[in-house]
Amino acid sequence: MNWFRDFLLGPPAATHAADMDGLFIFITILTIFFFFFNGALIFYAAKRWKRRSENEVTPHITHDTRLELLWSLIPLVVVMLIFFWGFKGYVSAWVAPNDSMEIVVTGKKWLWEFEYPDGTRALNDLHVPVNRPVKLVMHAEDVIHSFFVPAFRLKRDVLPGRYTELWFTATEPGVYQVYCTEYCGKGHSDMLARIYVDTPEEYEVFLREGDEQVRKMPLKELGKLVYENKGCATCHSIDGSRGQGPTFKGIWGKTERGTDGKEYLVDENYIRDSILNPNAVVVQGYEPIMPTFQGLLREREILGVIEYIKSLQ
Amino acid sequence: MAHENVLHAEGAVAGRPADYLESSKGLWSWLSTVDHKRIGLMYLWSVVLFMIVGGLLALLIRMELLTPGPTVMDAETYNRAFTLHGAVMVFLVIIPGIPAALGNFVLPLLLGAKDVAFPRLNLTSYWIYVAGALMALSTLILGGVDTGWTFYTPYSSTTGGGVSMMVLAAFVLGFSSIFTGVNFIATIHKMRAPGMGWFELPLFCWGMYATALIQILATPVLGITLLLLVMERVLSVGIFDPNLGGDPVLFQHFFWFYSHPAVYIMILPAMAVISEVIPVFSKKTIFGYKAIAFSSVAIALLGFLVWAHHMFTAGMSLFAGAIFSFITFFIAVPSAIKVFNWIATMWRGSISLAAPMIHAINFLLIFTIGGLTGLFLAALSTDVHLHDTYFVVAHFHYVMAGSNLIALLAGIHYWWPKMFGRMYNEKLATIAATLIFIGFNATFLPQFVMGSRGMPRRYYNYLEQFQAMHIASTIGSWILAVGLFLCLAVLLVSFRNKKGVVNNPWGGKTLEWQALSPPITHNFEGTPVLIHGPYDYRPQPVPVAVEREQGVSH
Repeated sequence: MNWFRDFLLGPPAATHAADMDGLFIFITILTIFFFFFNGALIFYAAKRWKRRSENEVTPHITHDTRLELLWSLIPLVVVMLIFFWGFKGYVSAWVAPNDSMEIVVTGKKWLWEFEYPDGTRALNDLHVPVNRPVKLVMHAEDVIHSFFVPAFRLKRDVLPGRYTELWFTATEPGVYQVYCTEYCGKGHSDMLARIYVDTPEEYEVFLREGDEQVRKMPLKELGKLVYENKGCATCHSIDGSRGQGPTFKGIWGKTERGTDGKEYLVDENYIRDSILNPNAVVVQGYEPIMPTFQGLLREREILGVIEYIKSLQ
Repeated sequence: MAHENVLHAEGAVAGRPADYLESSKGLWSWLSTVDHKRIGLMYLWSVVLFMIVGGLLALLIRMELLTPGPTVMDAETYNRAFTLHGAVMVFLVIIPGIPAALGNFVLPLLLGAKDVAFPRLNLTSYWIYVAGALMALSTLILGGVDTGWTFYTPYSSTTGGGVSMMVLAAFVLGFSSIFTGVNFIATIHKMRAPGMGWFELPLFCWGMYATALIQILATPVLGITLLLLVMERVLSVGIFDPNLGGDPVLFQHFFWFYSHPAVYIMILPAMAVISEVIPVFSKKTIFGYKAIAFSSVAIALLGFLVWAHHMFTAGMSLFAGAIFSFITFFIAVPSAIKVFNWIATMWRGSISLAAPMIHAINFLLIFTIGGLTGLFLAALSTDVHLHDTYFVVAHFHYVMAGSNLIALLAGIHYWWPKMFGRMYNEKLATIAATLIFIGFNATFLPQFVMGSRGMPRRYYNYLEQFQAMHIASTIGSWILAVGLFLCLAVLLVSFRNKKGVVNNPWGGKTLEWQALSPPITHNFEGTPVLIHGPYDYRPQPVPVAVEREQGVSH
């Protein structure tokens, strides 16, 4: 049967898929059976009792209570079975386990943003470890979208102004297609994403170095992205103006005076320490209010910020 | 045979009164007619015209889908094309379709009546339909509409283009539907021939009655919903758009509260036609008359309770999903009963495979698939996977296009001699019917598989892996188009024949076959009195009065 299932649905890759697949195959067999069964009856009747003369007499059969009860009750029983089977599957896919890893998903025309528990963000590419429950908490920023992963047999609309949830436990390492499946305008059919289900080793690498996009992006560009998306821009300008923190413009290679009176050269180590242990050294005239980014930025992202600051002369 | 009080015109032209086509001449006599038969014909030609418009849009859509990425149009044009295709087919073809084009013509004749209860309301219905149609088509020059025929908010309340005009067009068209429903209910209640009790009604009338119930009760909800949408677009009244404090899912509830019953407005008349055709071409009484009659009304009423099965992934509660799924399965049972009853009618009958019957048989096979694929969507877990994919597209085309359209063709071929006093070329009509069946399945069967494999609907662009199935589906659409055009050509060419058909070429037992073919304007000379039941093929039909005494059904 697996070839049949694979042809119709593709191989399953999450824990819920097997149950849904079973029900799907069951109804498929039912459909094919009744199509041929009805077809056979019709063709038999048309052939066997083909009209031979205009004066033929046919039996006057108005009804048959026993037969009609039979073909009412049997379908009723079968559809009730299908209902319960489908209901059971739906319920088990509804409530995420308590220890699920939570990912925040934002849909907007026409891309998907994922935010990991550590605050890092990704665009259109989501990494999850195999065999661990993952809960997606989703909302849209504009119109209704819908998050569909065929390999997991999962789908939920993504709404503006409200959160919807979806959870899964992926069972097979691999890359799985995600589609937007609620019409949302011109780019609807391009609003695709990918879920990377990683083995524990692959997931390690991902945690350390980020996803492909992060790994492949030139450091300066990555640094700019981090500056914009991870909150640096809130306090540090790039145009020379003073904010809650010093501007980044032109600081590379400068000597800053700390609140402890000592002088510090702004080099790679200085920037790294400012990110990971910001209140150890605070520039004179500023408050010790910067939060630490320990665990929130990957190594490569820190390198990127350094490159970016270098470029801001 | 009873009904001697009607003129028979076999072969005799002299002494034949003017039929309804000849009784008055000139365009104005048609545009201002209150004759239900002329109104029915005007609807018929309009429906055929819009079917061609919708069909050409479909061919364009399928042509675009031959390759991923742009093929013959850009994304925005594609999105407008599928929206217009859906809106035209749903609102201008399938919902009015059988009730307005065939029902208007045939209902009074089946009842032995002179016309419908409210002839002027009938004409008004038609002109409202024309107004709505013009409004809908005017969106082509107002920037087009790309929301899909379902107008989900907040996309539809915030996007540009002619959305408000399209929505108002649907609002206007709703009245056409409501007025037809009112007319049919009054006619069926009040204008039956003497002797025709409820259980002597032809099943077509039961089907029209059940449809009319839905038209009257459900359409106003759509009307109000559409007005609310326009208010939000034009006046920024916050109802559905969260930015204005509204709830987008609320729109879906309102929309589907009508649009689900609407699909029963579509299928019940189709089933009604099949219930007429099969007994005649099996020369045998319908099996399970009461079961079919009651299941029509049951489907109409149950249809109001299942709307949110379109919303299992929309963000509704688990509890709501369970209820709607549960009730949805109950509609499967009366539908299955009908299919078995029709097959049982054929069993041990005297089967004539004339064109109407070929269409009816095609209906049975296609409706079997259409109905059973509904089970996948009614079940919660499978629906989660299949919702908004091509599986749904295939399912609804099987029931809306395959079943409904083919039933319309069955009815047109069946009542053609009555309507025009002419016969079409039987052989070519059968070839057309076969091409339609083959083309239809070739177009939509691949779409089930595409959908279950994950191909979403309303997609302009798609991944390479789906291209083979898209190509297969498009080729199918060409076969279907050839079949449909051949079918139309065969019917139109029949006008080259002179009128001269016998009144009852098929040997039907319902009252319309006692009128002339074509009928006189007032249908019958004097009020016909019903003697035997509508499907009584016994050599000596038993009078209804006797059957009642004996407590038997026909």
